[in-house]
Amino acid sequence: MHLILFFLFAGLCLAGAINLLLQTHPINSALSLIVVMTSLAVLYLLLGAEFLAIAQIIVYAGAVMVLFTFVVMLLNAGREERTLGSRAGARVGFPAVAVLLAVLATVLLHAQGLTAAHLGAGLTDAKSGTNLDILSQVLFHELLLPFEVTSVLILIAILGAVALARADGSKTGGAEGTAEK
Amino acid sequence: MNPVPDIYRILPEVILTLTGVAIMLVDASIPPAWPRRYLGFLAAIGTTIAIWASVWQLSLPEGTGFFGTVETSAFTVFFHVLICGIVLAALLLSLDALPTYSHHQGEFYALIVFGAVGMCLLTSAVELLLVFIALEISSISTYILAGYRKETGRGPEAAIKYFLLGSFATGFLLYGIALIFGATGTTQVYQAARLAPVAQNQPLVLAAMALMLVGILFKVSAAPFHVWTPDVYEGAPTPVVALMSTAPKAAAFALLLRVVYEIFPHLRSVWEPLLWIVAVLSMTVGNLAALRQQNVKRMLAYSAIAHAGYLLAAFAGIGSIGIAAAAFYTAAYAAMNVGVFAVIVLVAGYDEQLSLIGDFRGLIYRSPLLGSLLIFFLISLIGIPFTGGFFGKFYSFSAAVGGGAIALAIIGLLNSGLAAAYYLRLALVTAQRPAEDEPARPMPHVGPAAIAAVALAVLVTLVLGIVPGATLHAAQSAAHTLQVPPQPSEAPGIPLQSGQ
Repeated sequence: MHLILFFLFAGLCLAGAINLLLQTHPINSALSLIVVMTSLAVLYLLLGAEFLAIAQIIVYAGAVMVLFTFVVMLLNAGREERTLGSRAGARVGFPAVAVLLAVLATVLLHAQGLTAAHLGAGLTDAKSGTNLDILSQVLFHELLLPFEVTSVLILIAILGAVALARADGSKTGGAEGTAEK
Repeated sequence: MNPVPDIYRILPEVILTLTGVAIMLVDASIPPAWPRRYLGFLAAIGTTIAIWASVWQLSLPEGTGFFGTVETSAFTVFFHVLICGIVLAALLLSLDALPTYSHHQGEFYALIVFGAVGMCLLTSAVELLLVFIALEISSISTYILAGYRKETGRGPEAAIKYFLLGSFATGFLLYGIALIFGATGTTQVYQAARLAPVAQNQPLVLAAMALMLVGILFKVSAAPFHVWTPDVYEGAPTPVVALMSTAPKAAAFALLLRVVYEIFPHLRSVWEPLLWIVAVLSMTVGNLAALRQQNVKRMLAYSAIAHAGYLLAAFAGIGSIGIAAAAFYTAAYAAMNVGVFAVIVLVAGYDEQLSLIGDFRGLIYRSPLLGSLLIFFLISLIGIPFTGGFFGKFYSFSAAVGGGAIALAIIGLLNSGLAAAYYLRLALVTAQRPAEDEPARPMPHVGPAAIAAVALAVLVTLVLGIVPGATLHAAQSAAHTLQVPPQPSEAPGIPLQSGQ
């Protein structure tokens, strides 16, 4: 059952990601990204990470995607234009990514003596004790400092958005501010 | 033994953060008509206190704090003082170089100080997640600062280019960290270092190291990953270039030292040839491209790539000799590079009316002080004795020879000769008598804060060139602490492994 679900949603995730790249209209790409995010959430759920799955849906499929679609609509972005560079990129890019993927997959599979058939085996044995307990233990104990330092990071992103986007309203600031979130 | 309070382990960072917050608060609460320039003094004072705090940390017993996520040792103090010193010089320079009409000055100073928090943490973090967050803080603040001259069009272009390529590189580093976690089950540096050699999955460890090296080498603008450097340096405001060509690089080199010497010492046979190739490529590509440049900032951008190459040569050195040489070179390079960009800021001005090599013709007649300072820093960049640049190269190449990489040292020396050509070209143009029919160029305006910044750079360059002993000694003790990491004060991260 787990294996079937895994292949179903992994396939959906990959299909969404490939569709995202193939679409030329930004809004279609953004909608494909929702498919990717949601399928990823199901994969997390299969791994026994319930909290992460819910957070994935709320934060990415919810908040971030709404932001993306808003930006696409506000900018009124049209169909992307094919240039010589982007055509060449499409030709060379896919084989290059395929090669990279093959190399990494070989490394991962070979080294652990795993074959594709074994992939589903580890999926079911989630730890006892809820995810939330473990997560909060790590977040507010071992990783307290990185967690707190993140506030400086967010502060910088806000400062940057203000400094670049306000004043004379150049386009760069808006794009950068959004991207940093 | 009394345990050291955790807060002492991050005291400089805390002071810098508080300074940044104070700048933002004061900026928001004073009337809009008041000059923002004095916020820069506030930032400079905070940075000075942070330097003092870093030096004070030497009196603490070496060790880690916050559950084994940050470390204080001679290594971290060395780089903290270096980074805060660069930030101080850049702040003083900006005080005089930022024109009064430029907007968001408060944010400018706050961003520099917050960026310094990230760079300092990067050198003292011994938890890879903290490393990642610190790197993001330092990078994002520089992306924003690079785009500060919005009115030119090249500023935003530089910021966007830097942002996209930089994020891509950070992705590599993050992937590497994830693979380390996959191979060893921990992201704590000491634990990962202990577990990496015995991990069952050696190819995974290898892949992790390769990805992390790609990410870090991008940040130091070493050769195959250098394409962003000239465009970004050309578009960014020059005081920012003085900062970003030195401080984030010093932090990234500290991270590189920590990664290769502390986490992957057992893979030396793999990373040494890799860094050898990168060093040779960086020197050669940087110097050959610099020869062809007409714009001074682009020329110095390529020279920065070449200097990253000379510095990487030190990594061929064995153990603490290589680390000490690299740390010393970082300091020498930072001093002379801040100095040369400071002079260029003062000559060219914030809006850079004068940016071509020809514009510097006869500088020494227009302003004898700036002209001779420019020549002095160029001489140091060439690596002529009695300047910091000489001893930097000397230690770096002798570390390489000591490590058996004689060919690398020879290539480095040949490259230094090649580099002298374009440095001397600028120096000669500076000393040339201006032609009769040439249009009069404006006299550079030099304020007291900028004088202080340049004086700091001159002083450090001279001290490193004439009495390098003290700094070398500091670099050696830094190297020693990296070789023998302090014992974690408490057993960290046991539940970390139960999380997987």
